[in-house]
Amino acid sequence: MLSVEDLYVRFRTYAGVVHAVNGMTFDVRQGEIFGLVGETGCGKTVTGFAVLRMVPSPGEIVRGRINFRGEDLLQKSETEMQSVRGGRIAMIFQDPSTSLNPVFSIGSQVTRVIRQHVSVGQEEARQRALEMFEAVGLPDPAGVLRAYPHELSGGMQQRAMIALALSSGAELLIADEPTTALDVTIQAQILALLTELQEKQGVSILLITHDLAVVAETCHRVGVAYAGDIVEMGEVNDVLQRMKHPYTQGLLAALPRPTQRGRSLQSIEGSVPDGVHLPPGCPFHPRCPQVMDICRMEEPPLFSVGAEEHVAACYLYGQENAA
Amino acid sequence: MSAAPLLETRGLTKHFASRRGLLSRRRKWVRALDRADLSINRQETLGVVGESGCGKTTLGRAIMRLIQPTSGEVLFEGQDIVPLSNRELRHYRRDMQMVFQSPYSSFNPRFSVMSSITEPLRTHTRLHGEALVSRAHELLEQAGMPGEILYRYPHEFSGGQLQRIAIARALALNPKFIVLDEPTSALDVSVQAQIINLLQKLQREFELTYLFITHDLSVVQHISDRIAVMYLGKVVELSTTEIIFSEPQHPYTQALLASAPSLDPELRRERIILPGGVPDPANPPPGCSFHPRCPMVMPVCSQIEPAFINIGHGHKVACHLVGGEQENPPTV
Amino acid sequence: MEPTIEWPDAETAQRTARFHELGLMLQAFRRDPLAVISLVVIIFFILAAIFAPSLTPYPEQGRGTPNILEKFQPPSRTHPLGTDYLGRDVWARLLFGGRSSLSIGFLVVFAASVIGIPLGAIAGYYGGWIDDILMRITDIFLAFPPLLLAIAIAAALGASFVNAMIAIAFTWWPWYARLVRAQTLSLREEYFIEAARSIGVSDANIIVRHILPNVLTPVLVQVTMDIGSAILTGAAISFIGLGIQPPAPEWGKMISTGRIYFIERPWFAGSAGAAIFLVTLAFNLLGDAVRDVVDPRTRRAVA
Repeated sequence: MLSVEDLYVRFRTYAGVVHAVNGMTFDVRQGEIFGLVGETGCGKTVTGFAVLRMVPSPGEIVRGRINFRGEDLLQKSETEMQSVRGGRIAMIFQDPSTSLNPVFSIGSQVTRVIRQHVSVGQEEARQRALEMFEAVGLPDPAGVLRAYPHELSGGMQQRAMIALALSSGAELLIADEPTTALDVTIQAQILALLTELQEKQGVSILLITHDLAVVAETCHRVGVAYAGDIVEMGEVNDVLQRMKHPYTQGLLAALPRPTQRGRSLQSIEGSVPDGVHLPPGCPFHPRCPQVMDICRMEEPPLFSVGAEEHVAACYLYGQENAA
Repeated sequence: MSAAPLLETRGLTKHFASRRGLLSRRRKWVRALDRADLSINRQETLGVVGESGCGKTTLGRAIMRLIQPTSGEVLFEGQDIVPLSNRELRHYRRDMQMVFQSPYSSFNPRFSVMSSITEPLRTHTRLHGEALVSRAHELLEQAGMPGEILYRYPHEFSGGQLQRIAIARALALNPKFIVLDEPTSALDVSVQAQIINLLQKLQREFELTYLFITHDLSVVQHISDRIAVMYLGKVVELSTTEIIFSEPQHPYTQALLASAPSLDPELRRERIILPGGVPDPANPPPGCSFHPRCPMVMPVCSQIEPAFINIGHGHKVACHLVGGEQENPPTV
Repeated sequence: MEPTIEWPDAETAQRTARFHELGLMLQAFRRDPLAVISLVVIIFFILAAIFAPSLTPYPEQGRGTPNILEKFQPPSRTHPLGTDYLGRDVWARLLFGGRSSLSIGFLVVFAASVIGIPLGAIAGYYGGWIDDILMRITDIFLAFPPLLLAIAIAAALGASFVNAMIAIAFTWWPWYARLVRAQTLSLREEYFIEAARSIGVSDANIIVRHILPNVLTPVLVQVTMDIGSAILTGAAISFIGLGIQPPAPEWGKMISTGRIYFIERPWFAGSAGAAIFLVTLAFNLLGDAVRDVVDPRTRRAVA
């Protein structure tokens, strides 16, 4: 459904050129939930924006292809993209309270979006909005139509956002940290909703998050991002139980687990490189406990590491020019 | 442990007036804290968990006397510090310190690291000159930061580094007790691990007592000896970490634990999805404030507020289901 | 687990840290041509005022000594801007007038800040009834158009240079108090203020060392722009005769006395008007530039 190939995004700033995304390559398949996971600065959010060609300035997409149902989105004109956004690919963001316009009722915002993408009258648009509100589990959909964003709680706002996003029939939903700002019990509700949308309505979801546990419970496949590129990708159980890349291993070892109570957590030495000064070769090599000479010189491609879909960008699993 | 607890709160309450202006007759009271009862033993870590509006942050601030409690007592080493004046409180400020959630906002952007971490020393001691600088170096070293950064400014550091500096500042006066308000929430996972390790190491080395406030269940399980679960200003359950996670008694605790996503498939619990959201703290439901969402609600729950009682071995719960009458509390 | 950081030695670090921020600001400033021009213009005016006696061959005329024989002379080689209705060299009048006009501007703003800033900080920090009282007081002042209020006070006090300054400063301080109060209110929520309180730092120390230095930034912008406005207000007050008394020169007064002759002999009212215009404009532009430069977000323009 969506395939990002060799994406490069950079930002020209006062402090230098920030290489936010460096060769990001992954795909989201029809009807699945794909998790793009990583820490701050790994480029996951920028990638999400790049798919919709909404990278904020001074950012620019300098290379790559973004294939959506056979068409390269980077080749489209701005007008064509406007019908894609919302109509075919939709996005929801971390903080729902800032995504909704506070001075308009929710109903007016949703109906406007519907009518922009589908030529229907006001009444029909309202009907569709009501259906969407029910589908996302909002109690009292008619009340929500009339309500203003600040009258709803965080969880309900996020549901309204999801309804808004899917109201025009989008097939792909990009969710950028949709539950990070929400309480744990509400997060459970929203994740359940997303799973339901995927199962019942066949919506494909690109879930961008830093929370590995969320990925473990919600996603089918996952891509681990570091310094703007994917370092490991595959089915969720393969990647999170039988992780191969040293970064993934380090990340999982750093998480507090009930099985490790009382023991020190293992952390990864050093810190995430800033986008301006990326190390040569493999971007993780300065922090890697298993670094080899070749890692310092050449950036590793993705090697197959066992299970069919499971790949990792690490020379531990192959020589250069292999796979 | 029969030794007296280092810190105790009894009936700690804080009501905020919802802003209605001077002339409005009807004022809404937000019960941010409602008769919270806690105790923390020496050298132990008490974790406080809850969702937004539960009052855990208010609890931390009330204990530190950054806000004035409406009623109740905070006993530090047996002495109630609530009625003390600012002058009398100064003495206790040396023993109680706080680390905040956002490392970036924790420092005056115009103060160098040196100025920031020595502020406690300059306020309470006569230390100056060479001695002050060497104490600063010592503090940085304890927090795992190199001494060369003394004259840098906060904006030059990452979140994790700043949080280390914040910890260094908290150690300056050799406190006994530190309130940590979501100290790792703003940090990446690998940095969080470093900070947690540091906090545990310092606790052993300096015999510190921690009040660790967080919303992250895996972190609280890792670092706490005992845990208090809060909902809408009240402590609803309090016990050791093992028991909270293996045999939670309060339905809210059960739901909370079940909601948290887990990496280990074996540890995943049966999802309990709570309906609705946290009610408005200015308008809490009558009786037990959790009753509208409780999967095991009984008629009495909407009428009478459950007492916070000890059901054995220091395990305290506020729920009619485990009120003294019931022989066998329902198992999870 | 030590984080690996490479830092230069402490001395270099100290130097670079302190000047890093300043350096960035100066750099951004230099890039803005309008900013540089305004600064140059202002410096020019200030120097001209300071060195007034040396910049004209007719210093006594500048101060007020009449020269009736040469009255109403158009600009010529001996009098580059002509002479006024008492024969005094206009350029000299302009220079000495500049002294009065500029000093009103600087002194008024200084006085208003000295009164308004601490009051605003105290009101914002403590809130409660202190804040309420201050707000009601400033409300009263802000309800009047500033110029009108200044004129009323100056009239009540009697026409003189000093009284004009007092009057304007009196109407000006509430703006600073309000500005600082707003900044203080938002700053009060920052964790480092709570940290200072939890350490036991006294309120006074918190206000002086933590709050004031961090609110100075917008105040600086406001001050820069206000100097121009204060000069303008001072000129306005003198224009109607409540400020500087003749024979002491002042630009506003020069316009006032010169306007009846303006059609046929525009040079003295006109040059005074031009001077006021230039100075006010320069301060405004400088204020804009300072604001752009000092705010780290607008400063980081695309390279």
